[in-house]
Amino acid sequence: MYDVYKIRQDFPIFAKKINNKPIVYLDSAASSQKPHCVINKIVDIYQDSYANVHRGMYDLSENITYEYENARKIVANFINANSKEIVFTRNATESINLVASSWAEHYLKQDDEIVITQAEHHANLVPWQIVCEKKGCKLKVVKIGDDGSYIKEEFVKTLSEKTKLVAVTAMSNVLGTIFPIKEMTDLAHKTGAKVLIDACQFAVHEKIDVADIKCDFLVFSGHKTYGPTGIGILYAKTELLQQMYPYQTGGDMVDKVTYQKTTFAEPPARFEAGTPAIVQAIGLGEALKYMQNLGLDSIKNHETDLIKYMFEKTEQIKNFKHIGTSVNKGGVFSFQVGNIHPQDLAYVLNKEGISIRIGHHCAEPLVNRMGYNSVARASFGLYTSKEDIDSFVTAVNKAVKFF
Amino acid sequence: MEHIEKLIETFSLFDDWEEKYQYLIELGEKLPPLDEKYKTDEFKVSGCQSQVWLVPIFNGENFSFLADSDAIMVKGIIAVLMAIYANKSVKEIKKIEVENFFAKLGLGEHLSPSRRNGMMSMVDKIRYYADKA
Repeated sequence: MYDVYKIRQDFPIFAKKINNKPIVYLDSAASSQKPHCVINKIVDIYQDSYANVHRGMYDLSENITYEYENARKIVANFINANSKEIVFTRNATESINLVASSWAEHYLKQDDEIVITQAEHHANLVPWQIVCEKKGCKLKVVKIGDDGSYIKEEFVKTLSEKTKLVAVTAMSNVLGTIFPIKEMTDLAHKTGAKVLIDACQFAVHEKIDVADIKCDFLVFSGHKTYGPTGIGILYAKTELLQQMYPYQTGGDMVDKVTYQKTTFAEPPARFEAGTPAIVQAIGLGEALKYMQNLGLDSIKNHETDLIKYMFEKTEQIKNFKHIGTSVNKGGVFSFQVGNIHPQDLAYVLNKEGISIRIGHHCAEPLVNRMGYNSVARASFGLYTSKEDIDSFVTAVNKAVKFF
Repeated sequence: MEHIEKLIETFSLFDDWEEKYQYLIELGEKLPPLDEKYKTDEFKVSGCQSQVWLVPIFNGENFSFLADSDAIMVKGIIAVLMAIYANKSVKEIKKIEVENFFAKLGLGEHLSPSRRNGMMSMVDKIRYYADKA
């Protein structure tokens, strides 16, 4: 039984107040709150067992190296990959930039095509624009429906034998749309393209199985999966990691160094130059275990209930318009209320203790494509309750009276 | 145009944020709309959460400006900024500590330029134009 009220007690922030009101946190799509177990793990390491990882010939270093590499195993298990296929990065943005720089820039040629969708976050758009500029490739953008839904025909017609990479989000951070990544990967592979999945939003929505999806690359960030900031994940198939060039160079990523020449370590170490985000990686491991203990399916069922409730309750708000109403949708809601500017709305909601985000949500072309300059967004986490939605609706109604 | 000392006095009479916000909305509604011809990229203030346009006016001695936004509360803030900055010499503008005025208005916590939610971009723009004048 998924007891959200008990789960909320795992998150110390919900004991706090803002403007003398309980915190109604509806910005988990930007970054999620952290459970005790993650916070405690971080504190414990710094207090009791901190050292640098790899090659320290003493207990502290060996123990923390074990923990760091164990975190890699937890991540691998979380997405059903091999731990050698997991590279720790700074965030998902860095993971994508790493693929752009270490793979795409070396293996893509003039006139090759990179396919993205209209629903991409800037992090899965700008790096590919840069690759296209440098290599003379072409960026092709798959149209989505006016309701934000995936249209298979649009995807298929964008693919060709020139397509070398398909880089798509599994779940839109603006519209909540879930994309059928397994089907898309299969279609892309048939044309010979490699596939990169941006799973930042999807990682908290549903169980990921890269062996089943068969994607070539997959990225997500730690801070959205209830883990610390400063840690991101790049999954890449072993044979691709083997072919990829170092992203940054320095310590910990080398095999043999002389003044004349350096040979590089095997992946994933090759892509982790310098002292890594040790504590953050271990913290992320705790966060993923926390989600697994709750059960990804249970979390998803809870989210499904909330989505239904959100649609029902927002019907009670005059002129409330959802932006992104695809049938396949996760707990991310962009919306517009009458003629109220999102910024005005957010000011009032903030005073009511409700945290939402406004703007283009790092997906400016997408927000423009939906017909807006700026939209308000409320998003859910595994701790979101129906009471949060009630408070949200009450506050929006108050704002409606205000303006 | 409003006078800043008068605004501070008016704001001091309000009991809660709702009254303050209501009054800001009123100020915003009273702000004369900017001629459409100025709503161009040239006059757009980047870094704001809403669309903001700011047109500098310099009469050889004093600096002032016209401005507009598509968010009504931001228009209210513009009215406050006008009360603070308009018809001042470049020298005076440089000396203005805008955060102090917002603190006195009791708008420090969420609407002040120091919150980095785009308000500062407007202040930066005013300072930039004043500097150029």
